[in-house]
Amino acid sequence: MPRLSVWFVRTSLIYLLVGITFGALILAEKGTSYYPPIWNLFPIHIEFLLIGWLVQLAMGVAFWILPRFSTGRPRGNEKLIWSAFLFLNFGILLTIMQAWLSIAVMAGRLLQVVGILLYITGTWRRVKPHGA
Amino acid sequence: MPSLTRWFVKTSLLYLASALTLSLLLAFQPILNLSPLSGFFPIYIHLLVFGWVTQLIFGVVFWMFPVFSKEKPRRSESLGWWTYALLNLGLLLRAIAEPIQSTQSNPFSGWTLVLSALLQFLAGLAFVVNTWGRVKER
Repeated sequence: MPRLSVWFVRTSLIYLLVGITFGALILAEKGTSYYPPIWNLFPIHIEFLLIGWLVQLAMGVAFWILPRFSTGRPRGNEKLIWSAFLFLNFGILLTIMQAWLSIAVMAGRLLQVVGILLYITGTWRRVKPHGA
Repeated sequence: MPSLTRWFVKTSLLYLASALTLSLLLAFQPILNLSPLSGFFPIYIHLLVFGWVTQLIFGVVFWMFPVFSKEKPRRSESLGWWTYALLNLGLLLRAIAEPIQSTQSNPFSGWTLVLSALLQFLAGLAFVVNTWGRVKER
């Protein structure tokens, strides 16, 4: 597994653990009403599990297993994908600051979209038949 | 494909079928006047995202990720089985208790939800602990 995939996958595992922890706290609140403000974690629970865990895991695994180029850099322009990793994760962290910063969702989503576009740009040509 | 992966994947397929069947019932709710289904929307989402997608990923990761060592290629098989048991017991308890809690709240359904939350958290923790060391450069 290439280093960049290790970063993607391990980061996604951290988001899984934190996202699932927040989900468990919210579910327990449904059961016992121990602390209603815990519902403020709900958007973070969604963000971490959908984008931080599922999307990021898929990106990391795809970078690892998609066909490589037989000449030049086997996985294409890695700097582009490193940039995608940074944009995506700064985007996630910015998005969850929505409770304190009104423009956080817009700015965070913008970073996420830029990250995804960089990722697609860097990955597009690897979606090809083996040996091509 | 290891035995545990087959259990993860086949169980995830059952959740997929269950989630989409539930979505069908939710869609027909106004016509069929299925008022008891009012608390089932979160169940539908979690059957799909946790029971299907995440469980499928858990199974495939256990199978396909780099081996941990020659002696323990998939690290701890028993921790993998614990992940499977905790995830599914936790999710099933939620599927039973949450609709009851949303319509006829009572201490039993409430504390069942707490137990379900704990089991699902432990499933995630067990998966991350067992997988972390297999996410490595060759």
